Amino acid sequence: MIRRFWVFIEQVECTAHPVSWELIGVARRLADQVRDEATSAGDTVVVEAVVVGKDVKAVAEEGLQYGADHVYVVEGEVFAHYRNQAYARALVMVVQKYKPEVFFIGATTLGRDLAGAVATSLGTGLTADCTRLEMGEVKEGAGKLLLATRPAFGGNVIATIVCRTHRPQMSSVRPRVFPMPEKVSKVKGDVSYEKIPIKEEEIGAKIVRLIQNEAGSAKIEYADVLVAGGRALGGPEGFNLLKDLADVLGGEVAATRPCVDAGWISVDHQVGQTGKTVRPKLYIAAGISGAIQHKVGMQDSDFILAINRDPHAPIFEVATLGIVGDLFEVIPALIQQVKDAREVQHA
Amino acid sequence: MFHALVAVKQVPDTTNIRIDPETGNLIRQGVPTILNPYDAHALAAAVEWKERLGGRITVLSMGPMSAISSVRECIELGADRGIIASARQFSGADTLATSYVLAEMIKRIHEKDPISVLLFGKQAIDGDTAQVGPGVSIRLGFPLITYAVKIHEINLKEKTLVAERKSEQYNEVIQVPLPCGITCEKEIASIPYASLPNLVHSLKYEPEVWTAEQPIAFPPDQIGIKGSPTTVFKTTQPELHTAGEVINTADTGVAPAVKTAIEKIEAAGILDMPEGCA
Repeated sequence: MIRRFWVFIEQVECTAHPVSWELIGVARRLADQVRDEATSAGDTVVVEAVVVGKDVKAVAEEGLQYGADHVYVVEGEVFAHYRNQAYARALVMVVQKYKPEVFFIGATTLGRDLAGAVATSLGTGLTADCTRLEMGEVKEGAGKLLLATRPAFGGNVIATIVCRTHRPQMSSVRPRVFPMPEKVSKVKGDVSYEKIPIKEEEIGAKIVRLIQNEAGSAKIEYADVLVAGGRALGGPEGFNLLKDLADVLGGEVAATRPCVDAGWISVDHQVGQTGKTVRPKLYIAAGISGAIQHKVGMQDSDFILAINRDPHAPIFEVATLGIVGDLFEVIPALIQQVKDAREVQHA
Repeated sequence: MFHALVAVKQVPDTTNIRIDPETGNLIRQGVPTILNPYDAHALAAAVEWKERLGGRITVLSMGPMSAISSVRECIELGADRGIIASARQFSGADTLATSYVLAEMIKRIHEKDPISVLLFGKQAIDGDTAQVGPGVSIRLGFPLITYAVKIHEINLKEKTLVAERKSEQYNEVIQVPLPCGITCEKEIASIPYASLPNLVHSLKYEPEVWTAEQPIAFPPDQIGIKGSPTTVFKTTQPELHTAGEVINTADTGVAPAVKTAIEKIEAAGILDMPEGCA
C-alpha cells in the first residue's frame, strides 16, 4: 500500500501561493512520523501535491523543488480562473482515483471556498484553520491518525480533532502558521497529467469581470514588520500615524476586528480569529487591548511591542516589551527616533 | 416570486466567554447568546432584495430550542417564516452532518416553495469553520459564491444573480444561475432597523419546529455524532505566554521609553535597524 500525504497547490495566474509550500513542509514532517509504522507493515509513504489551472507546469515543478515526491497536474481552459465547481470537481476526481490518507489545503479565501466543497462531496471530515498537526495514536495499536489542533470558541479553547474512519483526513491551514521549507538540493520527483472530463457548459458560474485589488492591498501575512492599531486610535485618521511608522520601518499596517467593523480600514488588514494569522519579526500593537480573538492571530510574532494606556491591558501578557503610555505620544516619538538615527547614519 | 432562504445560527458571544481557571472549562452560564453577526448581515441582504423584488424570506436555524430568540430576531428584521431544526439526535454534529440535515430540510422547503437564493453568513463566530454554507450548496447542487461583499443584480426572469466577492488578488464579479448559494461578508448589507409592526409580530411569533422525525425522518446514522466523521479527541487551554518587561511612560517619560524599546528590538537582532539608531 502507498500512504499518500497530499497538498493542494494554490495558484493564481501561474503564481503559487506560498502556503502551498508551507503545507508540503508539514506533509513531509508528518510522513516521516509514520515511516516506521509503514515500513514494518510493508507500506511506502509519499508526499504528493496536486495543482489545477491553465499552463501550470512551472508551478508543478516548483512543488517538486519544495520537496514533493510527485505532482499531479489538472489543466484546461475551464480552469483558467478559479471557480468552485470546476476546481472541486477536479479535486474530487483525483482524490477518488488515488485515495490519499491526508489532504491539506491552505485556508486562504480560495482554499476555504474549495475545501468545504471537496470534503462534502467526498463525505469526509475537514478541520479548518489548524494551528498544530501531528500523526499520533488515539487508541494504542490502532495506527496513527492525523491529530488536527485548532482554536475554538474565539480562541478560548484549543481542540484536537480526529477523523477516525473517513478518508482522506482533511485540514485547512492558514498561511504563516507553519514555516516555509527549504528547497531541496536535487529534485527527485516528477509530474503527471490527469484528464478531467468537464465542459464549460457544465459550470454555472461565469466570471463577469475581475477588478484587480488596489495597489497596496494589504499582504500582511508575509510582512516582516506590522504596525497594528486598535480601537484606541479613535478613528480612521489614526491609521495615518501608524502608516507613517510602518513606512519608516518598511512594514505594513494591520488592525483589530473592531476597527474593521467600524469601517476605519479594510478587512484585508484584519489580524485574529476572523482575520489573518501573522508572525512577523516585529509586531507593534498600538492601542490594542488584546482580546483573545486578536492574540491568537499574532502571538507567535518574534518581537511584540505593545503600547497601551491601560497597564492592565491583556496585550501586555503576550508582549515582549510593553510601553504604558499614550500611543499618540509614543508612536510619533518612535518615528522621530528612527528617522533621526537614519540621518546620523547618512551624515 | 423571490424567495430567499437564510440559514442562521445562534452562537455564544465569544467576546464574552470566560474560562474557569480551576477546571479549565468554558463558563457558559451568563454568557449571552446572539444571532451570529455575519448571518444578520446575510438576512439584511435578503431584506434589501425583498424590498426591491417583493417575495418572502424563510429563516432556518439548527440548534437548541433557545435558538427561538434568534429566529424571532430575524422575524423582527423582516423574515416572514421561521423554522427551527431542533432535536437531541442532531446534537454533536460536525460540519458534514450539519450540512446534511440543513440540505435535506432546504430540499423539502424548496419542493413546496422554490428558493431563489440561499444565504449564509461567511462563518459562525463560535466554530469559525466557514464550511457549512459551501457544504449545503454542494449537496443541493447550487452554484456557490463565498465571501460575497455585494449582490449587484438578481434577475428572476432570466434566473440569474450577479454578485461580487473579494479574493486575495481580485474583486471577482460572478454571474450564477438561480437558485444559488451565497456566503456573506458584513459589507453585503447593513442591518435594518426593525419596524414597529415587525417588532410586535415577532414577539408573539412561534417558529415551526422540525425534529429528527418530523416532517423528515432522518436516518439516525447520518445525523448528530453518529453522522459526523470528525470528533473532538481532546481540548486544552491556550498556552500562556510569559509577559515581558513593561515600561511606564509616567515614570520614565516618553522619549526614554521609546529609546529603550528601540535598543531592545535592535538587541534581539529582529530588525535591520539603522546602525547607531539607539
